[in-house]
Amino acid sequence: MIRVQNLVKTFGTFTAVNDVSFDVAEGEIFAFLGPNGAGKTTTIKMLTTLLKPTSGSIELDGLNPEAKQNEVRRRFGIVFQDPSLDGDLTAEENMEIHGVLYHVPHKLRRQRTEELLKQFELWDRRKDQVKKFSGGMKRRLEIARGFLHTPKILFLDEPTLGLDPQSRNQLWSHVKKVNEAEKVTVFLTTHYMDEADRVAHRVGVIDHGKLVAQGTPQEIKDQTKTETLEDAFLALTGSTIRDESAGSADQMRQFAKMWQGGKK
Amino acid sequence: MSAIYILWLREMKRYTRSRVQIVASLGQPLLYLVVLGFGLGPVFQKAGQGNYVQFVAPGVIGMTVLFSSIFSGLGLLWDRQFGFLKETLVAPVARVQIMIGRTLGGATVAVLQGLLVTVVCVIAGFRPAHLATVPLALGFMLLIATVFAGLGVAVGSSLQDMQGFQLIMNFLVMPMFFLSGALFPLDGLPKVLAAATMIDPLSYGVDGMRSILLEKSHYHATTDFEVLAVVAMVFIVIGAWRFSKIEI
Repeated sequence: MIRVQNLVKTFGTFTAVNDVSFDVAEGEIFAFLGPNGAGKTTTIKMLTTLLKPTSGSIELDGLNPEAKQNEVRRRFGIVFQDPSLDGDLTAEENMEIHGVLYHVPHKLRRQRTEELLKQFELWDRRKDQVKKFSGGMKRRLEIARGFLHTPKILFLDEPTLGLDPQSRNQLWSHVKKVNEAEKVTVFLTTHYMDEADRVAHRVGVIDHGKLVAQGTPQEIKDQTKTETLEDAFLALTGSTIRDESAGSADQMRQFAKMWQGGKK
Repeated sequence: MSAIYILWLREMKRYTRSRVQIVASLGQPLLYLVVLGFGLGPVFQKAGQGNYVQFVAPGVIGMTVLFSSIFSGLGLLWDRQFGFLKETLVAPVARVQIMIGRTLGGATVAVLQGLLVTVVCVIAGFRPAHLATVPLALGFMLLIATVFAGLGVAVGSSLQDMQGFQLIMNFLVMPMFFLSGALFPLDGLPKVLAAATMIDPLSYGVDGMRSILLEKSHYHATTDFEVLAVVAMVFIVIGAWRFSKIEI
């Protein structure tokens, strides 16, 4: 379903993604793991048509994202690291806008919205403004929205960041359910190794822009002779801490926190 | 088309839901209208220029439309990193449609806000020369709104974060307001100031409204219309171009 060959992305002299190749089969849940700044988000951005690769090739469902941008966009759903819901609108309205933007016919839109909101346990709150939702509910809504146009692939970029264990468990069980029911391929990134171990069929570990290992969680553990995926991850990527310089997104995040704190 | 409509509708819904903001945004125009209107009134009268509230009302309406429309474009900055913009940018829809939907929405909100302030002006004692020509003033409001919604998108797409916001506010928005002749007549100004007012698009908007509502103008209603229409087109094109270059 996803085929990446010799993918490279450079920003000036910095190589963010360096000669990465992997395949993700249809219906598979693939976890893309790596320390901060390893190139995960850059890879997702290239896969989802937001960035152009410097070199190498990408195929999503047999299509090149650069050449067939809109056709590729119809085929995937994405949940970003930062929330991308409109807080002033209701859950239902957020779903509706998504449906219209993805050309889902009116009747089907209604039907899918009801189905998905019920499945993600948000149907009772569909008339509430999203800003009144908890972090976990917002995440669930984003994932439900990502499924609305029946994508073949769902990208999840650190979807459980900042959620409590209950919400995280619930979120993954929902994702698994839809993955099984609709045969959706799931491509995810996370910093919680236990999640990747439980949810993913296969994992890839990226560090300094290079793919250092890929296989089933068991294979990775065997390969590094470790007990848990977390130990395997540390064995593969070392234990030095990667300090990303705070980009404008982080600054905005802090600003928003201040702002929201002030409002309450 | 449906994408443009749904994004326009989104702006409408957000506007009608933010009642507190609607009331809050009336504060500044009210201050200019009441404090300046009645405070400078006697001086203006003595200078032989007539009633200052009459004079300043179209300026205050123009200011409201300017602020409201330019902020709708700058709202992009907020949407960009925290919100909804990404959702629209990965959708299988042409960027230009997204930009048009947003801009039309922002412009419509600005016009609604302008109408609201018009009502406030009438309550404060403003009387248009002819009631029949009031719809024409609405046309000028729409033009002002389009010009600055386009400019707002162009600027909002080019800035990286909120830090640039103050810069835009102090060096673009406020000067455009003060140089537009919203608060003082444009006749007999020193040369430099006159030149500055001539390159300010809002001058033509305020003058256009004045020529219709008060039958007094510095340029001419036709000139005002032509200048605004051309500038609106230029800004929309620049806005669409800058918007298409956004990387997230």
